[in-house]
Amino acid sequence: MSEAHGKTALREEREIEPIVEMRGIVKTFPGVVANDHINFEVRAGEIHALLGENGAGKTTLMNILYGIYQPNEGEIYIRGKRVEIRSPRDAMHLGIGMVHQHFMLIEKHTVVENIALGFATKFLFPTKEISRKIREFSEKYGLTVDPNAYIWQLSAGEQQRVEIIKALYRGADILILDEPTSVLTPKEIDELFSILKRMKEEGKAIIFITHKLDEVFAISDRVTVLRRGKVIGKLKTAETNKKELARLMVGREVLFRLEREAVKKGKTVLEVIDLYALNDKGLPALKGVSFTIAEGEILGLAGVAGNGQKELVEVLTGLRKAEKGKVLIRGVDVTNASPRRIAELGVAHIPEERLKHGLVPNMSVAENLILKQYYKQPYCDKFFIDRKKVLENANKLIEEFNIMTPSPITPAKLLSGGNIQRLILARELAGSPDVIIAAHPTYGLDVGATEYIRKILLRERKRGSAILLVSEDLEEIMALSDRIAVMFEGEIMGILPAEKASLEDIGLMMAGAKRMGVVA
Amino acid sequence: MRIVVTRRIAPPRWFEIAVRFMAIIIALLVMAIVFWAYGISPTVAYKKLLLDSFTTAHGFSETIVTMIPLLLSGIGLSIAFKAQLWNIGAEGQLLVGAIAATGLALSFPDTSAYLMIPLMFLVGFLAGALWGLIPAILRAKLQVNEVISTLMMNYIADRLLLYLVSGPWSVAEVIGQVAYAGFYQTNLLPEHLWLPVLGGTRIHWPTLLIALASLVGAYLIITKTPLGYEIVVVGENLEAAKFAGIKYLKVALLVMIISGGLAGMAGVGEVAGIHHRLRSGFSAGYGYTAIIVAWLGGLNPILILISSLLFGGLLRGGYLLRTMGIRIGIVNMFNGIILFFILASEFFSNYRIEIRR
Repeated sequence: MSEAHGKTALREEREIEPIVEMRGIVKTFPGVVANDHINFEVRAGEIHALLGENGAGKTTLMNILYGIYQPNEGEIYIRGKRVEIRSPRDAMHLGIGMVHQHFMLIEKHTVVENIALGFATKFLFPTKEISRKIREFSEKYGLTVDPNAYIWQLSAGEQQRVEIIKALYRGADILILDEPTSVLTPKEIDELFSILKRMKEEGKAIIFITHKLDEVFAISDRVTVLRRGKVIGKLKTAETNKKELARLMVGREVLFRLEREAVKKGKTVLEVIDLYALNDKGLPALKGVSFTIAEGEILGLAGVAGNGQKELVEVLTGLRKAEKGKVLIRGVDVTNASPRRIAELGVAHIPEERLKHGLVPNMSVAENLILKQYYKQPYCDKFFIDRKKVLENANKLIEEFNIMTPSPITPAKLLSGGNIQRLILARELAGSPDVIIAAHPTYGLDVGATEYIRKILLRERKRGSAILLVSEDLEEIMALSDRIAVMFEGEIMGILPAEKASLEDIGLMMAGAKRMGVVA
Repeated sequence: MRIVVTRRIAPPRWFEIAVRFMAIIIALLVMAIVFWAYGISPTVAYKKLLLDSFTTAHGFSETIVTMIPLLLSGIGLSIAFKAQLWNIGAEGQLLVGAIAATGLALSFPDTSAYLMIPLMFLVGFLAGALWGLIPAILRAKLQVNEVISTLMMNYIADRLLLYLVSGPWSVAEVIGQVAYAGFYQTNLLPEHLWLPVLGGTRIHWPTLLIALASLVGAYLIITKTPLGYEIVVVGENLEAAKFAGIKYLKVALLVMIISGGLAGMAGVGEVAGIHHRLRSGFSAGYGYTAIIVAWLGGLNPILILISSLLFGGLLRGGYLLRTMGIRIGIVNMFNGIILFFILASEFFSNYRIEIRR
C-alpha cells in the first residue's frame, strides 16, 4: 500500500460517521468492573466482531447498548444523536436488535406468534401480515423458515433465524449477535454467515460477539478486542492475524496445538451394547447405540445437538432409564443402576448444563466440591460432616485446579463460568475416575479456560481413564479424540480412528448423509 | 428521573434481618390504621398487645405458653421449607398428634405417667409424621403439589377431631345432647397424665424442653449432617441433587416425618399441658401462625426462637384485645399483615432500588 493511498483511506475512515458510538462506558457489579471506560463504535454496512474471553465484558457492553443494563458512566450516540437507552423497548425504537445466546422464544407458540408477541401492528389477525413479511425476509436474506411451524419443532439454527427475523421485523438496522455460532452445525454456520453478509450489503450494522478467532476472520470487517473490561485493540480484520488477536485477547501466547502423546490403549472399560432410550417427550432418542472405550482412550462423540447425545450421557450416568440394551463398566452390568452406584464404580460426569446440574449456586465452593462425596469418608464419619476436612479438601482442590475464588466459603454462584467448570472438574476428577463422561466441557468457555480443560482431559487419558467426549466443537473432537463417533437421530453413523477422519466426512455423517467405518 | 432495579448478588445477613425488622415496623404502622378505624387508640391497643405480654411476669409466662406450640411447629416447618417442601399442614399435623395422644391416654388411664407421658409424645409424633407423610409420598411419586395436599389434610384432621369429640369420644354426660355445641370435647385426661408445670404458671416444661431440644437438633441436622446437606441441595437445586445421586423420595419423606412429627408433639403439649382434654378448636391456628414464625425467622433455628416468642406475645396480646371489644378476627388480620410485609420485604433483600436523574 502506497503512503498516499494510505492517507486517503485514513481520511475516508474519518468521514464515515459511526451509526453506534459508545463513549467512556463504565459498568460495575459488586466487586467487579465489567466495563472500564470502553469506547466502541460501529458503522453502517459493516460486520464488527467484538472479541474477548469469557468475563471480558462483551455481553455486558452489548446489554448496555440493548438497554438491559444501565451504565454507571458514559454516553451512547446512535446515528450521531445522544440517546438514553433505558429498556430493550427503547433500543428497538432506535433500530437496535439483539439475538441472545439463549433464545428468547416461546416453545409452544408458532414462529408467527412469537414474532407477533407484543409487536403486532394490527389488533386483529396480525399473523397474516407477519407471514407475508417473513416470506419477504426469506427471499431477501435467505432466512428460510416456516412461519407456521412451532418453535419446539425447529432446530437451533432455525430458531436463531426466527430471532433474527424478529429483530428485523421490529425494524432493526443495528443487529447484535451474542456468540451466534455456538449452537450451530458447520453447514448452518455457513448459512448464517451468508445471511449476515447479505444484510451487511443492505447497509445494516452487525455486531458479532465471539471468542472464536476463526469466526473473526471468516466474517468480520473490523474487530474490537476486550480484555478484563478494557478495550485492548481496534483493528481491521484484513490487517491482523490469528496469533496477534489471540495474544491481545488472552494477554499471552496461546498454544493452538495441544501435545497429544501416544498412549497405549489398555483394557476395555466402558461397553455400551445396543442401547435404546426415550427422550423427555417419550419419543425414541437412542436407537441401538453400541460402542466401547478402553483405558487411555478418548472417544469423541460428534453430532448436532438433539440427536441423542444428551440422552446417551444421561443413561450412562444413571439419570435416565434405558429401554433396552446394556451398559457395562469393567464387565459389571450398570444398566439402569442409580447415579450413586455408577459414580461409586468410578464414573465421573462433567454435565452439559453446568449451572443446572453441576452446581448448587447458593452453597459454598467447599460444599460444592463434596457434592458427590459428602456422605462418606473422609468427609463424613458416622453422623456428622467434618467441616475441617471439607475445607482442607477445598483448599487443596482450589490450588490444584487453580480455581479463582475469594475464599472456599464463597457461594459458588459468584464464580465466573470458567471457574465454575474448574470447580466441577476438580470435584469429578478428585477420585481418579475410571470413566469420564464429559459433555460439552468447554462450551461457552474462553480460550484460556478451554486450553486448560483440554489439557486436563489429556492428562486423565494418560493416567488411563476411559473418556467419552461429547462436543459440538469439531475442532475439539479432532484435537483430543483417539476415535470419533458421529451421532445422528439416535444412531451412531460410524466410528472412525481420528487420524483417518476428515472434517468433510464427519460433516456428512452429522447431517445423516453418510455411514462409515465400523458400525458396531 | 427513573427508577432502576438491580439484583443484589449476596446481601449480608444483618441486612436481611434489618429488612425484616423494618417490615414488622411497617406492618405495625398499617395495623395502627386498622385500630384507629375501629375507634381504638393505636397506642392503647399496642400497649395492651405488647406491654403486658413482655414486661409483666405473669404476661411473659403466658407468652411462653403460647410460644411453645409455635416454636415446635415452626422448627419443623423450617426444615421442610429448607427442602422447598411447602408444608402448609402443620395445623392438621398438630391436631392429629393431639388426637393420637388423647386416644392413648383415655384408653390406658391407669398406666404410670413415667411410661405414658413419653408414649403420648411418641404417638403424637408418629401421628403428625403420618399426616405429613401422605402428601410427601404423593409429591415424590406423583408430583402432587404439596401446598394443596397438606392444606387439604388440615381440613381432614379438623373434621376428624370434630367427629371424635362430638361422637365416639364426646363427654359422657352430654351423650345425646349434641345441641350443646360448646361441649364438643372429651372427658378430662386422668390427672396424673397432665404435664407438670413450672410453679404458679401454665408453662408445661416437658414440651418446652422438647421444643428447645428440637431447636438444637434441627440446627445440628441442617448444618452438620449428611441429611442436612441433602436437604439443602434438594431445596436449592433438585437437578443437582439427582446428579449427585441424592434420592428425592428419601429426603422428602424424612423431612416430612420430622416436620409433621414436631407439629404432632406440639399438639400433645396443648392437650396434656393446657386443656387436659381434647376439644374442638383447641389449637387457635398455631399451625398456620407457625408458617409466619418460620419465615420471619429466615428458617434459622435461633431466629425462629425469637420470632416464636414475638408471636407468642402478639397472640396472647390478641386475646387481651378482645376485652376491648375487638374481635379475634383482627388478630388473624394482624398475622396476615405481618406475613404480607415480610414476604414483600424479601424483594428489598434481593434487589437494590435506585432513583436516578
